[in-house]
Amino acid sequence: MSVDEIKIGGMGASRRRVEDNRFIRGKGKYVDDVVLPGMLHMEILRADVAHARIKSIDTSAAWEVPGVRLVLTGETMAARNLAWMPTLSYDTQAVLATDKVRFQGQEVAAVIADDPYIAKDACAKIVVEYESLPVIVNPDQAAAPGAALIRDDKENQPTNKIFDWEIGDKAGTDRAFEEADVISTIDLHYPRSHPSPLEPCGSIADYDRATGKLTVYMTTQAPHIIRAAVAMVAELPEHQIRIISPDLGGGFGNKVPVYPGYVISILASILTERPVKWIEDKTGNLISTGFGRDVYLQGQMALRKDGKILGMRMHTISDHGAFFSDAQPTKFKIGLMHSTFACYDVPAAHLTSTGYYTNKAPGGVAYRCSFRVTEAMFFQERMMHAAANDLGMDQAEFRRVNLVKDDMFPYRTAFGFLTDSGQYDKCMQVGMEAIGYATFKEEQEEARKRGRLLGIGISTMTEPLGAGNSREYDILGIKMFDSAELRVHMSGKAILRTGAKTQGQGHETTWAQIVAHELGIPADDIVVEEGDTDTAPFGMGTYASRSTPVAGAAVAMAARKVRAKARKIAAHLLEVSEEDIEWELGRFYVRGNHDRGVTIQDCALAAYSNMPDGMEPGLENVSYYDPPNLTWPFAAYFCKVEVDPATGVWDVLNFVAVDDCGVRINPMIVEGQVMGGLTEAYAMANMQYITFDEAGNCIGSNYMDYLLPTAWETPGFELHEVVTPCPHHPIGAKGVGECATVAGPAAFVNAVMNAIEHTGVRNIDMPLQPNRVFEALQTGQDVSGMPPVRVE
Amino acid sequence: MTSLYNEVAADPGADVPTRRVSISVNGEKRTVDVEPRLLLAHLLRQGLGLTGTHTGCDTTNCGACTVLFDGRPIKSCTMLAVQADGHEVETVEGLASASELHPIQEGFKECHGLQCGYCTPGMMMATKALLEKNPDPTEDEVRWALSGNLCRCTGYQNIVKSVLWAAEKMRGDEGEEA
Amino acid sequence: MYPSRFAYEAPTSLAEAIAILDRNGGEAKILAGGQSLVPMLKLRFAAPGTLVDINNIPGLSDHWLDKDGTLHIGALVRHEDLEFSTIIADSHPTIAAAAELVADPIVRTRGTFVGSVCHADPQGDWAATMVASGGQIIAQGPNGRRAIDVREFVLGPFTNALAYNEIAVEAVIPAATGTAKGGYLKLERRVGDFATASVAVNLDMHGDTVHRAGCALAGVGGRTIDANDAINGALKGKALTPENVEAAADAVAAMAEPRSDHRGSADYKRHIVKTFVSRILTNIANSEQKAA
Repeated sequence: MSVDEIKIGGMGASRRRVEDNRFIRGKGKYVDDVVLPGMLHMEILRADVAHARIKSIDTSAAWEVPGVRLVLTGETMAARNLAWMPTLSYDTQAVLATDKVRFQGQEVAAVIADDPYIAKDACAKIVVEYESLPVIVNPDQAAAPGAALIRDDKENQPTNKIFDWEIGDKAGTDRAFEEADVISTIDLHYPRSHPSPLEPCGSIADYDRATGKLTVYMTTQAPHIIRAAVAMVAELPEHQIRIISPDLGGGFGNKVPVYPGYVISILASILTERPVKWIEDKTGNLISTGFGRDVYLQGQMALRKDGKILGMRMHTISDHGAFFSDAQPTKFKIGLMHSTFACYDVPAAHLTSTGYYTNKAPGGVAYRCSFRVTEAMFFQERMMHAAANDLGMDQAEFRRVNLVKDDMFPYRTAFGFLTDSGQYDKCMQVGMEAIGYATFKEEQEEARKRGRLLGIGISTMTEPLGAGNSREYDILGIKMFDSAELRVHMSGKAILRTGAKTQGQGHETTWAQIVAHELGIPADDIVVEEGDTDTAPFGMGTYASRSTPVAGAAVAMAARKVRAKARKIAAHLLEVSEEDIEWELGRFYVRGNHDRGVTIQDCALAAYSNMPDGMEPGLENVSYYDPPNLTWPFAAYFCKVEVDPATGVWDVLNFVAVDDCGVRINPMIVEGQVMGGLTEAYAMANMQYITFDEAGNCIGSNYMDYLLPTAWETPGFELHEVVTPCPHHPIGAKGVGECATVAGPAAFVNAVMNAIEHTGVRNIDMPLQPNRVFEALQTGQDVSGMPPVRVE
Repeated sequence: MTSLYNEVAADPGADVPTRRVSISVNGEKRTVDVEPRLLLAHLLRQGLGLTGTHTGCDTTNCGACTVLFDGRPIKSCTMLAVQADGHEVETVEGLASASELHPIQEGFKECHGLQCGYCTPGMMMATKALLEKNPDPTEDEVRWALSGNLCRCTGYQNIVKSVLWAAEKMRGDEGEEA
Repeated sequence: MYPSRFAYEAPTSLAEAIAILDRNGGEAKILAGGQSLVPMLKLRFAAPGTLVDINNIPGLSDHWLDKDGTLHIGALVRHEDLEFSTIIADSHPTIAAAAELVADPIVRTRGTFVGSVCHADPQGDWAATMVASGGQIIAQGPNGRRAIDVREFVLGPFTNALAYNEIAVEAVIPAATGTAKGGYLKLERRVGDFATASVAVNLDMHGDTVHRAGCALAGVGGRTIDANDAINGALKGKALTPENVEAAADAVAAMAEPRSDHRGSADYKRHIVKTFVSRILTNIANSEQKAA
């Protein structure tokens, strides 16, 4: 008899997580938990100024500190051709500064000592003499005539502009605007934010001169890309490099790039012939590693007066900091910004983008999103909100008129994406019902009469998750496929390895569920390993919600190939031809004779002990999966808030999230992802941002200034689901880990705006701090840009 | 030289004072020589190998390093190891007995109260202190009591659920015993 | 983050502690709860030669009301002790209201009331409640004890009136002569954030009439703002009518010296002060009505 899929922890089971068994006992193994014999400790001295020429670095006093083993500066690095390294966007980035420092927090020197206290003591004794240069902290300053040139190290870089880029149909879009009854505009700023996983970045480099092998424990979401990068930067042979990414204390995109600290620790280990541990402190993490967002979004929409969208234009001005090190597919300079409006039927669209260098930390990582999709969707839903108001149309109605209908799939968007599935209107209906949309306007009116300000905000989106297909998506030329290796042992137990890298998403639990679904082997009989480049097949890692769409698909394909071989073994065991074999979960049987069968475990044993003549022994497979398309989950979020008119403080009264991420492998984990994402969305809308003063000092360099919400402020969320399977994914799943971060912020902002827009306010840029909401209420004017750091 | 790293440390020289401290950690007396500036979190992690206590922020905000100090939750990155001399410290490693999990640990697993696991030990220790003081908290009381501990993954909703689950289980267990 | 080196002393008596301070001639710093000091050591904003840990000195961990109702808070009374105190809710409602808003719940188990006042952070909660309540700090040094009015104790940002060889051993907060009323409100963006603005109000009510009113502000100036005269001028001898509440709120708001920054404009912060004064007083008036 076939096995009960839920009982064996297969697809659809809210299987409790395997990895929790060690985490709840305090037995997780994060990089800082790893101790190697003879290990030294490294601390980095960072620039305290944002833009300055280095006149001299005196390290003599640091060398004198007892316990110091090595002091490194840009000069030492340069002697080994390691002062600069390539970024993931074909730029270069300083490892240790040689000529000048270009942002506050840039790496200037490193001390390697017997313990980190001593290394820190010695860092404090390094004297750096700077000659200050004009500081540029925003694109306006960067573009100004006569602006100081930040990247004077580069040839053919006469200005601070990094790129101009465009996509879409300019002429067609211009025509749409000529035909429009109403043109709606909006100007937004998406502030700089930081993914800020609780665990900072770090590495332990361990170079063994005897074998020539370099082992690096590293906080990385993409160990194989790192191995390739290290091979390139350090000029070491790839087979002699082993990257191990152990348990990660969160990532959210922050742990994708290659950071100077990793490279320095590697050189330090080569020079000292000892393991060298570098663990960044929180300030180092916040002021120097990959940030997210920091982009101005300007838009226009052409509308017919019945509410139909005719076309849209968008222009982005992005601030990339001192080095262009965005982690994104090569072809696209501003990530997948052109996924904006993918869920709406927009006939014509045109996007232009300009990127600038500034004296701020580099990054532009996909902070819990698929390459700037967060900005794209925030822009989309703020634009939709403004347009509905300009038309005098109901927010929900305007969206429903324009959303792509179920029978329009596959649908080619104006920017060329192919969306393939969804039930957008159904999601809207579920959400409207749950939030009580039908009676809200009345409720709002009543409340307003009593001086209370209620608002409702809607945000919907489909986002392109699971980059990519190899035709269009690569990073540093490596195509964005992924991989899985499944080995079934003779007892029917199995080990699975993938090229992805879990950082809280629960791969150890869900990958086993996919195998259970495909083979009927109980999930508890399958161990999942990731993160070790010596054992895992090559993969592009975990970010941009690509694990389930790509690596998860590879898992299914590997399991299917194993099943295909097992079928041959079953035929051999049952002494019938393969054509007469039928499959049910966990078991092959003879067609027409259901009782005559063998289990997958029987086949596994036979693969090692009784295989058919001529068959290669063993039962295993390595699959590389190149997805035919991205996956397109849909979200419809409804947020209800109350604004206190006396203080500008706003509270979330109710938040309804409807997510359609296709087939859910583990519903419990999917819901966990959505709630976590919504919390980051709330944080961005309300408090979580990084800004800089005129001197380039980072405001937000620790958790006193960079505010992450606690359990107290964070609202509760009500979750709903709609399931439209992905037509091309082997098990019908779509990405989900980032939907809530992507679609969430606009729901909060739209709700607050809805509560106060009777005053004439059109926009408050995030963060919606109480003072900014209050100011808008008082003045009826928009509040734009970043909160001023200090006004005398 | 901070003696936690002393397996690899060079001779500290006579001018670096250390102090002998005796601490009861998870019920076991540990005696170590430490430099006064050594943080308790670092002693636990490096010196005693109890790496379940994590350090997340350096500025006493995140609470990943929360342990119980004489039964009260403290942020162990904000206390010197020398201050623990003669006191009792309980870490996440002390929660489970050899054979069974603490109901709080069960609750976090059962209700998916963790994702990356980094904040989890601190959350659970703060929970233990709460439930000892208030065995039947409301959702708001749980949220308030855990507001000194940051989580980046879960959105807290399932953490709250985990705590309430554990509270109910612990009340049930006590009921059975009585 | 790793502190720089220091010597460490853990005296077991006040006399011993004072002798150590005296010997170190200003190079020593007292460690009580450590919730401000240890982060500063880690950031290396502070690098004292010697830390004098007073946590092992007996007799400093209690808070009590003496027979005339005066509240005494020992130097090692933690924020949490006051949050869960069973004796101060009626006698010292301003202190009781602030207790749960100090920092976060874990910090509150360790940080001390007296230490916070000594730290003299312009955004500190406890200094504001002390100023509003007319509190004193008892300092003990080689020549014995002296009582210092908190307004003369907090000299400026992060500066107090203790001599290098003195220890603040106790805070003393007088009782109301009639019924004590009070409140504390703080605008923070999230738990543990620095205050955008906070208001402490303390009233000594004789029947429906305000006998003495006290008020102080945090976060809206370079120091704790003493608004006692402003509120007392508006309310002394009067009932908490809406008009009087409004006048008091205006008078207090005029005392604020806020600076515009990323938490809000000066006008906004002043407005929050006014709103909070008005809310605290209105709550008191409403609860009075309910009681009557």
